[in-house]
Amino acid sequence: MGGEGIVPRVIVRLGPVEITATVLYTLIVSAVIVAVTLVMRLGQRRGLSVWQIASEFLMEHLEGVMHDMAGSNPRPYTPLVVTLALFIGVANLSGLVPGLHAPTADISTTAALAVIVFLAVPIYGIRSRGLGGYLRHYLQPMPLFLPLEVFTELTRVLTLAVRLFGNVLSGELIIGVLVTLVGLLVPIPLMLLEVLTGVIQAYIFAVLTIVYLSAAIQVQTD
Amino acid sequence: MDAGTLFAVTTMVVAGLAVAVGTIGPALGQGRAVSSALDAIARQPDASDSITRTLLIGLAMIESLTIYTLVIALIILFVNPVHTWIGHI
Repeated sequence: MGGEGIVPRVIVRLGPVEITATVLYTLIVSAVIVAVTLVMRLGQRRGLSVWQIASEFLMEHLEGVMHDMAGSNPRPYTPLVVTLALFIGVANLSGLVPGLHAPTADISTTAALAVIVFLAVPIYGIRSRGLGGYLRHYLQPMPLFLPLEVFTELTRVLTLAVRLFGNVLSGELIIGVLVTLVGLLVPIPLMLLEVLTGVIQAYIFAVLTIVYLSAAIQVQTD
Repeated sequence: MDAGTLFAVTTMVVAGLAVAVGTIGPALGQGRAVSSALDAIARQPDASDSITRTLLIGLAMIESLTIYTLVIALIILFVNPVHTWIGHI
């Protein structure tokens, strides 16, 4: 279950850039997702495979949630949300494979994902409401709330990153400590709990992204 | 007790206490959330899917408050920036 600590260890140094072990694990997760998707596409014959049904279920569920919240066509935002859910889900679960370490147990990864959401929300908001309309929504309930709105915007990024990081890292630390103390059988229920936590945290990240996007792209109900 | 030992002891005590105290509030909140969800499901079993989904999202939100405390405790213990501010003790 990996002996990595809280601070990632550096594998390679290319000039000023340090490549840490987390980058390697992120690449492994991405490779797994791309490989499964390719196999799913290329192996398509008549009839549906389990993988295809599973991925369609995920996509339709998240699109349903988006439609419930935003009330408009969710299709432009589906790639972002479903990619986040898939990547974070597989990344969290990969921490349970012996020899691998979850890339989301490093605050750099989770911070990068949160920055993606932080940038995506204004970009989609401006694209759907125009620059003036989007900036005006900051003054929405009352112009007095402007500093509060800006502060909320910034802390949302922070909480996204810290929530995911804390959940995944604490699961790994607990299992690591227990394996050292009590042996190999006792952590098994906790590994099951970590499976649940990993999936739920990925879902939470995706749903929160949907919530922030819906708040920014409200077109009709203004 | 010299300054270095005092610093180390204080760090350990504070980190332990922070996590312990920081679990009380969210635990109470989560108990109330689950209790209301159970009441709602008992009253309307048809809506149990939507209620369960809302419950899980709410629980994760509340859980993250404890996680913040844990992260601060981990930072205090392992990557404490005070070490560079006042020189390695």
